[in-house]
Amino acid sequence: MSLTKLDQLYRQVILDEANHPRHHGVLKAPTHAVTLRNPSCGDVLTLQLQVKDGKIQDAAFAGSGCTISQASGSLMTDQIIGKTPAQVAAMVTAFSDLVINGSVPDEQILGSAAILKGVHQFPARIKCATLAWKAAAQALTEGDQHD
Amino acid sequence: MANEFPFFAAHPELTYLDSAATAQKPQAVIDALVHYYVNDNANVHRGLYTLAYNTTEAYEAVRGQVAQFINAKTPSQIVFTRSTTDGLNLVAASFGPLVVHAGDEILVSGAEHHSNFIPWQQLAKRTGAKFVVAPVTKAGNTDPAAVAQLITKRTKIVALAQVTNVAGGVVPLAPLADQVHAVGGYLVVDGAQAVAHMKVDVQALGADFYAFSGHKLYGPTGIGVLYGRQALLAEMPPVQFGGEMIDEVLDAQSTWAPVPLKFEAGTPNIAGVFGLRAALAFMAGLDMKAVAAQDHALVLRLRAGLLAIPGVTVYGDAHSAGIVSFNLQGVHPHDVATVLDEAHIAVRAGHHCAQPLMARLGVPATVRASFGVYNTAADVDKLVAGVAEARRLFHEFD
Repeated sequence: MSLTKLDQLYRQVILDEANHPRHHGVLKAPTHAVTLRNPSCGDVLTLQLQVKDGKIQDAAFAGSGCTISQASGSLMTDQIIGKTPAQVAAMVTAFSDLVINGSVPDEQILGSAAILKGVHQFPARIKCATLAWKAAAQALTEGDQHD
Repeated sequence: MANEFPFFAAHPELTYLDSAATAQKPQAVIDALVHYYVNDNANVHRGLYTLAYNTTEAYEAVRGQVAQFINAKTPSQIVFTRSTTDGLNLVAASFGPLVVHAGDEILVSGAEHHSNFIPWQQLAKRTGAKFVVAPVTKAGNTDPAAVAQLITKRTKIVALAQVTNVAGGVVPLAPLADQVHAVGGYLVVDGAQAVAHMKVDVQALGADFYAFSGHKLYGPTGIGVLYGRQALLAEMPPVQFGGEMIDEVLDAQSTWAPVPLKFEAGTPNIAGVFGLRAALAFMAGLDMKAVAAQDHALVLRLRAGLLAIPGVTVYGDAHSAGIVSFNLQGVHPHDVATVLDEAHIAVRAGHHCAQPLMARLGVPATVRASFGVYNTAADVDKLVAGVAEARRLFHEFD
């Protein structure tokens, strides 16, 4: 058993993030909300955003899923607060490239969310990691349509 | 036994415990597909040349072999389909509206696979019938007593799996068939998880329809079988139209070929039918009592091994037909499956196309191990060690 590879995927900080997620719950006054599912595995994630003055003021996620999807939800919400929708869009692309390829030139824009890069060694789990980020992209896109 | 399956020579490191999803194929099945394409490839029920005639004869003869396999009265009761799903949908779409009307009831178990749940849910919506879902046992199996209690004068269809796909329970169908027949209803059986593990006798079960797939029976994907009572199949309208299924086509109207061809529009999966024939021959060479005994021994060993690990919940019971679902407390099934995958152990993790059952069990998903004739006690021991390793990995920070 390749423990190194598994240890990279399940680093303690990722386990902690999943077991004690930040921004888990619901917002009082969300401006954007979306619920996404991974139909093949049953993971479900609801993301709420409060966007004001061109910035993500607050974010919260809820739902159920594996360690990777829960840790990703925690890290993602924490990283997008304070960013503009355009910045978040760039982060979504960078995160997707990172977990598929294992590296990306602008990794630093992801902050601590980049710790999930170990997922690239587990192609079956990429969808778990990207679910939260896809929700962020969709919430902001759909929000734009209603503005 | 594993040496008859070339897949295991190609993957010597792999412990394959996902035969309920799809079984591996014996060399004879693979050879049958190649043999057909090399030697016998011609379309059936069309050509007048000798090759096409011979292939058609051989293709039709497989119906007889399938009929014998499940003890159907006649080969014409065997409809070739794409899969179990295809067969169940055909019954719901064609037979359903003939017998189900507003105010009637359709009854399923809460342990059904989506393919034996959604077609009936949707039929009930279309017809204005009531869709009744029977409660399951604590272990996650169909509860025959609960089903029996919910059969009423209005019950037109009872749809049940003979073996449930998550917890592996064998459902005693014959008494339920008698009960539903007594109120003028019909029993539709999903046989997907049963056919590889026990001798199936559709007449003894009292099944009005029985659907199964080739690929869980050591045969190829893309070929399935629907058995139906002769009189019911004869009444049913076709749901797909095209070649092979007609009697006469005029500008204003058409008439249909007799059963079973009226349900087989278009060029069928001819290679799949020959692969299925080889799979049936493989099954005929098995002693089904020995298969059941081996399933039972592996299920007992796995349950005991898992229950010895703190925090493991095992669903089903000791009589499961080669399927064991479980969860490790505090660890998501996907994470368990990833750790097992690193140890080259292939299991299923997820909702197993049984979301209504997951809701009843109060879990988002489970890990599922399932056995084929090639599995051994050593495979079970590897899995138990892998689950213990997953527990160690996720609980060392507690």
